[in-house]
Amino acid sequence: MKDITLGQFFPGDTVVHRLDPRTKIVFTALYIVALFLAKSYVSYGVVLGVLALCVALSRIKVKVLLRGMRAVIFIVAITALLNLFYTAGAPGEAPLFSWWIFTVYPAGVRAAAFMILRILLLISCTFLLTYTTSPILITDGLERLLSPLKKIKVPVHELAMMMSIALRFIPTLVEETDKIMSAQRARGADFDTGNLARRAKALVPLLVPLFISAFRRADELAIAMECRCYHGGEGRTRLRQLKFAAIDYAAFSWGIALCVIVWALARCGL
Amino acid sequence: MEPILETKKLCHIYSPGTPFEHGALRDVDLAIYEGEFLGVMGRTGSGKSTLIQHLNGLLKPTSGQVLLRGEDIWASKESTRQARFQVGLVFQYPEYQLFEETVYKDIAFGPRNMGLDDGEIDRRVRQAAAFVELPESVLEQSPFDLSGGQKRRVAIAGVIAMEPSVLILDEPTAGLDPVGTEHILGNIRDYHRSKNATVIIVSHSMEEMARTAERLVVVHDGRIPLQGPPREIFAHGEELEEMGLGVPQMARVFHRLRAMGADIDPSVYTVEQARDAILTALGKAVE
Ligand SMILES: Nc1ncnc2c1ncn2[C@@H]1O[C@H](COP(=O)(O)OP(=O)(O)OP(=O)(O)O)[C@@H](O)[C@H]1O
Ligand SMILES: [Mg+2]
Repeated sequence: MKDITLGQFFPGDTVVHRLDPRTKIVFTALYIVALFLAKSYVSYGVVLGVLALCVALSRIKVKVLLRGMRAVIFIVAITALLNLFYTAGAPGEAPLFSWWIFTVYPAGVRAAAFMILRILLLISCTFLLTYTTSPILITDGLERLLSPLKKIKVPVHELAMMMSIALRFIPTLVEETDKIMSAQRARGADFDTGNLARRAKALVPLLVPLFISAFRRADELAIAMECRCYHGGEGRTRLRQLKFAAIDYAAFSWGIALCVIVWALARCGL
Repeated sequence: MEPILETKKLCHIYSPGTPFEHGALRDVDLAIYEGEFLGVMGRTGSGKSTLIQHLNGLLKPTSGQVLLRGEDIWASKESTRQARFQVGLVFQYPEYQLFEETVYKDIAFGPRNMGLDDGEIDRRVRQAAAFVELPESVLEQSPFDLSGGQKRRVAIAGVIAMEPSVLILDEPTAGLDPVGTEHILGNIRDYHRSKNATVIIVSHSMEEMARTAERLVVVHDGRIPLQGPPREIFAHGEELEEMGLGVPQMARVFHRLRAMGADIDPSVYTVEQARDAILTALGKAVE
């Protein structure tokens, strides 16, 4: 249960860790744009190289990054298979292989390979963001980036606050789930065997205490926030002031440059 | 004598292979004997809870073995299941695990999982409730309407009702007032005596340990540097202080008295022993 690395933060002190969260969010967005503009081996090579550089700079172990991928292997496999079988070859192109209703063209192999690469890169770059940025900083960054939307009455502050609270409580709830599961196991509860109906029933001793404690925590948190005079975002100043440094402007321009290069490559038919 | 529970070179590593890797137990060898009342102490984060969760197979050792009556509890699925029933574990703040509509049903959860028949379940529930001094009238109430101390007792009864031959309690008195603490410790002593069960209590409180446990085990940094009868353990005052543990007040007073040159028994650690020691010392002085 403890081993969910999905979206986990690994503290560190590298250039990537120190970047302003807004920079990282925008750079990730630009990177994803570049990823979808890439059409050829050359352009995929460029985006792959950029990611490799970022990973190297952040000192996140490739192993850790790959472990996060386990959750999506199934989706990647399905997408790749669909691409493999449903991509028609160019007119006149001979199929590589044909059996029953399955026909595979060289174009299909290429499409599948690109699709795998695209999904993996997409996930890697978002993982890199969450691995190197604390959730609190991500929400802070998002709140600042989205603050223009306040003009059209989107409750940006409230959304960001909800998100930080939710993020803050995920580890707590996971830990709590672990603890309650152990406690019920000690009383002979069995969560892992039996058919679906039995397993669903076995969850009652887990879910009831979990919900009760979640509500209790929510209550306590609300009281604690009110005791400290929290009354929404109006007029609040921040503990962490986000400031752009030279490196942030550099990262922005590199992000834009990346998009332009990949776009230009695509225009040149590469 | 054959130990009822034994750990051999027990190691546990949390989150291996991630940056959060943490060795919580290192090469722990511990033997627990039938019918003894064992106290486990150590400062916060020393690995006490990790250790006791290995004793009934809730945690799997990273390496090493846990033996129940000489048999490895991980040898087969059945032996793990048996370990869960034979070694009852009451968690820290167990009141948060209550879930049933009535106290009766909640206490019956464990025995029912053991596959006992209704008559036997009924006998055990009533007996367990009696052990923790819950009145019959409470049995039909919802556990969520009880006071904190009562909830704690319901949770303890839920484990006692499984009639484990080894009963382990992780800080059973945390957050209770002195009267509540005394009650619960008294209930546990009753269970120990009448069932001749082995009892293991984890606690921070030296005074509590001094009064209840027959043997103490000190956990520090995932190892067991000290174990033995309270008398011996509390003689290592300075080492205990270094490990972030104190010694009972009486032991401290007597150490000081000895350091000041008084000729008294240094192994005193309870108020009663102190009284006797002082009387003897005075008696001698009078003579
Ligand atoms: N699920 C877990 N994942 C990772 N590390 C853990 C986990 N549970 C405990 N630890 C770590 O293992 C060490 C021992 O924890 P343990 O809970 O056994 O301590 P303890 O002696 O029971 O402390 P306390 O007196 O506070 O209950 C601690 O440093 C803790 O941070
Ligand atoms: Mg503990």
